[in-house]
Amino acid sequence: MDVAEWYHGGVYCCGAETRIGFVHKDFPESSMAWFRKDSGDGNDQSKVRTEGLWFKCDSCGAIIWKKDLEAAAYVCNRCGFHFKIGARDRLRAFFDNETWEELDTSLRSTDPLQFVDQKPYHERLEAAMAKTGLQDAVVSAEGQVLGRTVIICAMEYSFIGGSMGAVVGEKITRGVERAIGKNAPLIVISASGGARMMEGMVSLVQMAKIASALTRLAGAKLPYISVLTDPTTGGVTASFAMLGDLNIAEPGALIGFAGPRVIEQTIRQKLPKGFQRSEFLVEHGMLDAVVPRADQKAFVARAFDFFCGPIQ
Amino acid sequence: MVTQARMSEQEQQPNDGMEPEPQGAWARVLLARHPERPHVVDYISRMFESFTEIRGDRLFADDPAIMAGFASLRGRQVMVIGQEKGRDTKARMRHNFGMPKPEGYRKAMRAMRMAEKFGRPIVALIDTPGAYPGIDAEERGQAEAIARNLYVMAELTVPVICVCVGEGGSGGALAIGVGNAVLILENGVYSVISPESCAAIVWRDAANAELAAEALKLTAPDLLELGMVDEVVDEPGDGAHTDWDEAARLLGDAIERNLAALDGVDGESLREARYQKFRSLGSFFTEI
Repeated sequence: MDVAEWYHGGVYCCGAETRIGFVHKDFPESSMAWFRKDSGDGNDQSKVRTEGLWFKCDSCGAIIWKKDLEAAAYVCNRCGFHFKIGARDRLRAFFDNETWEELDTSLRSTDPLQFVDQKPYHERLEAAMAKTGLQDAVVSAEGQVLGRTVIICAMEYSFIGGSMGAVVGEKITRGVERAIGKNAPLIVISASGGARMMEGMVSLVQMAKIASALTRLAGAKLPYISVLTDPTTGGVTASFAMLGDLNIAEPGALIGFAGPRVIEQTIRQKLPKGFQRSEFLVEHGMLDAVVPRADQKAFVARAFDFFCGPIQ
Repeated sequence: MVTQARMSEQEQQPNDGMEPEPQGAWARVLLARHPERPHVVDYISRMFESFTEIRGDRLFADDPAIMAGFASLRGRQVMVIGQEKGRDTKARMRHNFGMPKPEGYRKAMRAMRMAEKFGRPIVALIDTPGAYPGIDAEERGQAEAIARNLYVMAELTVPVICVCVGEGGSGGALAIGVGNAVLILENGVYSVISPESCAAIVWRDAANAELAAEALKLTAPDLLELGMVDEVVDEPGDGAHTDWDEAARLLGDAIERNLAALDGVDGESLREARYQKFRSLGSFFTEI
């Protein structure tokens, strides 16, 4: 579990900074090293600057115009591949009129272990804050989903692999408590490598903390829908992400407890294609449905109608 | 996550003939994995009377990596759940080196619900390198099994005492670790990730496990200081491996004392106390 499996994704963009998560396999040392190498000499006039207008699909290789990709909520129009998107893009996709109130925006990690590896953890935190404009790897908010007040916590994968430390644990727990206080349903959208190694046991106990809070949400007869996106592994899957009244996932998302690399090292074999993908989990009874990004809002609204009754 | 192969290497040459530094975190890791260290079965046979094992999750299989059964602790009827690594090669294979699969966690959950139904306290003994990272475990929902245990343990209306007696390997340990009291033996370690895996990620070399062990603050004194555990249980002499009987006696005393402290507390208060404990645990953030 944990952050051992910072996902080898990498969203290719031909040009400058993009708001899609771009965690390269060499993250965190040099998340864009492959890219900088090309532009390092700076004065190469033979290169055409495309200013991030085009994206290449990770799955089918199609070159997609940025405007088209945005219009399709970052889903490839040729093969349906779901690009990683940021936490606020998630909220935008769910809340009516693209408006919401962000909650608990001021929480920051205190670096409980004073963790230092090749670089102090507090420096990694500062770098992640600067990169994402967020305080930590989750954004929680209250807003309306088709006219119904809903609390949504959306994880940010580009913030240290979406890993869960004390701040993520606290914000999601407060999100659960807010839902109880407002008598509102809860959605948590996961995108995480798991517990945050740099906060040690403090990260691990967040799993128990959130799971405990969810028992109270259930006690209040309020629905909780877990939306698992690529990737959701480790201590996040092994706590709140698997505890929804409904667990739904985006197509092709990597979802598991142990990361694929850890499993391969243990069994010393290559894993079969499609292993630990959303479709695999549905087959094995761990998810209620695989729901494409474009249909998720309608899906949760329909579910809330069933759970809470239709909006009057 | 320690792989089987790596784990057996460590167990074959635990100290490499060198005397471990008593203060070093790595020394504690080696002690926690010491081949002569008492395991859960050894504690069970010494601490409890008439342990009666119950098996199977009623869903798929019985997982010997987690043992469960009822027993009497100095006159008290308790449900015992524990992770067993196995000592010789054959036993290690049978117990899967103490790495539970979903059916192990679901057996533990069944045992805990049974204890709750009949109003018996639960004693959970943690000793695992981690939940098993394998294809079959993933297929049967390792993550769901662990998550469900956290949820079920949060709701229990009977006393739950958890003790890390050796290695507390991440979510695989926490899945039986949500207690009213969480104890750790003096030379136990409890961590979000094994030092080897941590080193492999941040230093790109598992050989830096000693540095990682230090950085992870995984020793009993560190965890007590962080508030992650409530009590550190003394071990005899240079460690539990030097005197199993005395180690079991000291642990039995600690568990008995913690159970006695919860005598007469009603179920709702037990649940509430456990909730508040974990609600405030790990509050390492500031509001800016």
